[in-house]
This record gives sequence, structure tokens and C-alpha cells, in this order.
Amino acid sequence: MSEQLQNLDDAAPHIASAKGEEDIIQIKSMHKWYGDFHVLKDINLTVKNQERIVICGPSGSGKSTLIRCINRLEEHQQGDIIVDGIELTNDLKNIDLIRREVGMVFQHFNLFPHLTVLENCTLGPIWVRQTPKKEAEEIAMKYLERVKIPEQAEKFPGQLSGGQQQRVAIARSLCMSPKIMLFDEPTSALDPEMIKEVLDTMISLADTGMTMLCVTHEMGFAKTVADRVIFMDEGEIIEQNEPDPFFDNPQHERTKLFLSQILAH
Amino acid sequence: MSDTTMHSPRSYEPGTHPNLPPPSSVKGPVHWMKENLFGSITNTLLTVLAVYFLYKIIPALVDWMFVDAAFTGESRNDCRAQGDGACWAFIAGRLRLFIYGFYPEAERWRVNLSAVLLVLALIPILFDNVPHRGKAMIYSALYPFIAAWLLVGGIGGLTFVPTDQFGGLMLNVIIGVTGIAFSLPIGICLALGRQSNLPIIRILCVAFIEFIRGVPLITLLFVAAVMLSYFLPPGTNFDLLIRMLIMVTLFASGYMAEVIRGGLQAIPKGQYEAADAMGLKYWQSMRLVVLPQALKISIPGIVNTFIGLYKDTTLVIVIGRLDILGIGNASLADAKWQGLSTEVYVFVAVFFFISCFLMSRYSLYLEKKLHTGH
Repeated sequence: MSEQLQNLDDAAPHIASAKGEEDIIQIKSMHKWYGDFHVLKDINLTVKNQERIVICGPSGSGKSTLIRCINRLEEHQQGDIIVDGIELTNDLKNIDLIRREVGMVFQHFNLFPHLTVLENCTLGPIWVRQTPKKEAEEIAMKYLERVKIPEQAEKFPGQLSGGQQQRVAIARSLCMSPKIMLFDEPTSALDPEMIKEVLDTMISLADTGMTMLCVTHEMGFAKTVADRVIFMDEGEIIEQNEPDPFFDNPQHERTKLFLSQILAH
Repeated sequence: MSDTTMHSPRSYEPGTHPNLPPPSSVKGPVHWMKENLFGSITNTLLTVLAVYFLYKIIPALVDWMFVDAAFTGESRNDCRAQGDGACWAFIAGRLRLFIYGFYPEAERWRVNLSAVLLVLALIPILFDNVPHRGKAMIYSALYPFIAAWLLVGGIGGLTFVPTDQFGGLMLNVIIGVTGIAFSLPIGICLALGRQSNLPIIRILCVAFIEFIRGVPLITLLFVAAVMLSYFLPPGTNFDLLIRMLIMVTLFASGYMAEVIRGGLQAIPKGQYEAADAMGLKYWQSMRLVVLPQALKISIPGIVNTFIGLYKDTTLVIVIGRLDILGIGNASLADAKWQGLSTEVYVFVAVFFFISCFLMSRYSLYLEKKLHTGH
């Protein structure tokens, strides 16, 4: 593990900055509406550098929308979002700056089916970061090795299993050397036997000190990895705590109900 | 397949069953014929009927086109003397007219050269395994200007040939290739514009597309030929061929836009989001992520539009330009060769069929090549 960690640090030295007190994401009294529907209500959330956060909650609670606001896939209508010192406004330049620093992994992988695995990984670095092609390919191979599928580099996404595709998606995001990684239910579309390989990849990523926000229902992952678990319902943050007290001693009725439902089976 | 159990020689322990080849009854030519030609009573009847019709038609057609046909001769009577098949001597004698129209005899090498250069320009566009493809593409992009200079001349030592002397097959190819080359990029822009968040661009694109689709091409050509002179300042000499090229291109662009819009709508939202999340700018994400996929899906529709446009080039006859079909029609008036309309139309049909069939095969090749497995 430590060797892999070394690999990652070589490629993205700035990730390894000391686990700081520095706030990398600040969300202040943020609101969002879809038409008349008030989907996020007065969200206040501060994420420290290298912090690992798991967000859970029933479907429709706004947890995906929340992390999609962080890289402006969704627009918020009120309040402030500041990512890595850059305020998220309608200024396209700021949005671009933030998107360079924030990687995202989607539920349905969203790999580009017309490009090979390697081309998927080099697209961002070449066109957004202006990395020379050869260098971008070296970086891509490094991360593909890290997610343990370098031998698939020349294949197309459609030829891979779901778990492999999701690992490619993680490698693709890492190739941009992001400071923050957002995971939007990364294992929900996978067969049970593939969930583990993706979670293992995420756990080893967490070990490198990446700042991570994961929307997931994998409570085992939350217990092992998270510094903080956030429970959302109906657009509000209901409760947040460190994993042990969160699972052992939930404070709020709705949290208790949710946990009893998902831990029951 | 109840007999599979019978063929199974022995049973296997759980987890040790090997992969066996399929029984002979589900593969091979006999199976194929049974499945596809004689699968049911209706199927068998249709097969027999089809074979009967082919038997009736094909020998007669071959006789008419080749066996009894006359390939040389000076008039229709010469042909009749040789047999009662097709009189290809008529076409052969006028072949140059069919190809070059009224382009001056001495300058026809320019047309031939343009044709050769056209093929060279098409190679890097059509096939991606050409060496130095990037540089070759620059030549391809310059080709329209080179061809225009070669064909029209007037500068650089080439004699000026007015475009009303263009005709025959070369006119079809000029209009077809120009329309195809320009309608695709314009169509892409219109399709993207129609999806734009900016209302003014969206409204303009929708209005343009709906106008084009709502008006017959003949009308547009008439407008280009006749009406436009009323709107242009007196004395303006706006070449009729260029007007036709513009109209045909815009017409095809309107259809192209809708075909491509269909492709764009088939791209999942996740693809846009992944491109955005990566930090790609709008044009980058369109060019690198969305359009390659949307165009691939649209290939059948795009080629369909191309073929339609190519065949519509015969409509220039309505504004007095003689393309291959127009030349054929005009030739029928020759007293020496009266009554040979079948030969003319078969010839024109074969020419169009070959061109369109090539386009259609190329599109299949492209679809296959771009298929990346799902």
C-alpha cells in the first residue's frame, strides 16, 4: 500500500500537503430550488483539507444535488459556495478553475464510449491542463496501474465490466490531479461482486489523503474510511457526526429510522 | 430442442460441464436454407415465387443490355441492324457531352484534373489510416478553392469559362460535392444552435430550419434564379451556379440539422456532465465528446440526406441548366436517334445508382469501424 501511495504522490505532489485545518470547501446558508421545489434548504457545510465525508440519506433527500452544486453541475440560487478559495459564481472562469480542482465519479460511470480507456484518461489533462500527450499518457498509465487495470488501456469502455469501468472513471478523475474528489453513488449501479473492487480502490485513495465527499449507501465503507458522516433528509442536513457515534448513537429520530432500514437487511 | 438430452453422452459432476460445440442441426448451409428460405409454407412459397420472377427477368434484361445490344453505330438504324437490344451506340457517341456538358473541348483537361484532385482530396477525409493525414486534410480543405479556380479560370493563365457552359455529369458532381461538403458543418452548427441556451440563437436556428423544411427545393431554386435579381442592386452579376450551390447547400443543411439533432438527443446527459466536470469548455466538450458520438449515431440519416441531395441535383434542369439528365433529355430530340429514351434513362439511373450505392456502402463501413462494442 505504501508503495502505491508513493506512486500517487509522485504524480500529484500537492495532494500530500499536511492534513490541515484549512477549509477547502465552505458552503454557507445555501439554497436550491428545482422550479418551485425547494430541494436544498439552508445548507451549511465546511470541509477541511483531506477530510473524508460520507453523505447518506433516503432517495430524493438532495444529497446528490448537494455534491453536484460543488462543481456547478447544478446551480444554487442562494448562499455561498467557496471551493479552494474560489467563490462559485456565474463567472465561467471561476467555474472552470473549480472544475479543474474537483474530480467527480458518477453512478453510471459516464465514460466516453467512443474513446479507449487510455484516451478517456488523457482527454482532460491534454485539453484542460495542456499536458503534452506523451506525458499525459504516462500519468494515465500510472493511475490505471493504481486502479489495477493497466492491461485494459487500449480497450473501449463497452468491453469492460461495470466494476472495471468505474475504476477507469476514478482513474480518469485522478489524472486531472484534483484536490477534491466527489463520488455520486459510485457503487449503486454495480453487481455485488464488483462493489468490493471499487470500494477497495476508494479506500486506497482515501489512504493517500485525498479530500473526498461520497454519496453512498455503503455503510461499511463509511465506518472504515469516513472522518464524518452526514445524514440528509428532505433537503436538510439532519445530523452529522464521526462514524462511531453516528452509527452507535444517532441523535435524531429520522436518522434512527433510516439507519434501522438500511442496516436491517 | 428436446433431442439434446439424447445426444448428451454422459452426465457431468456439477461444475465440471465442458463447453460443447452446438449440434450440427443449428449451423451449416443446409440449416441456413431451412431457416431462411423454407422455414414455413409462406416462406417456401415466397422463395419459389422470387426465384421464378428472377428467372423471368434476369435473362431478358441481360439479353437487352448486353447480348442483343449494339455498341457502335451512327444512327438508330445502325443499331436496329445489329439486334433488338439496347442501342448503347447512342450513349457512347454522346458520352463526352454527358460528362462535360458544353465545357469547351480544349479546356476539358481542367475538368479531368479537378476530378483526379477530388479523389485525392477525398482519401484523407474518408479513411483515417492515411499517412500524414493532418497535412493531407489541409489540402482537402483547400480543394474547393483549387477546383473553383481550375474549372472557372480567368486568373493565373487559365482561360475564363463561364459557368453556363458547365453541364452534364460534372455539374451534378460539382453541386453534389459542394452541397455535401458544406451542409454537414452548417447542419451541425444549426443543430447545436437549436439546443442553445441563448434564446436569440435558438429562435434563429429554429426559424431557419423550419423555413427550409417548409419550402420545396424547386421553389428555392426558382427564387435563386429569378427573384433574387429583383432584390439585388441593378447590374450585380451574381453567378447563377453560385446561387444554386448556396440554395442546395442551405436546403440540405436544414435537413442535416434535424438529423444531427436526433443524434444529439440520443447522447445521455451523463456524457455532457462528465465533460463539464472534467473542465472541458463548451466547444471542447462538443468536439471531443458529444459530436463524435452524435454523428456516429446519425450516420444513416446523414448519408440519407447526402444521397437525397445528390439526386436532387437533377432539379437544376428547372432553371435551364443541363445536368446529366438534362443532357439526356435534350439528346432525345436528335432526329437520327429518336425513340431511345429507355437507353438514356437507364444510363442516367445506372450512374446515380453507382454513386449512391458507393455512399451507402461507405456509410456501412464507417458504422462498423466506429462501433466500439457495448
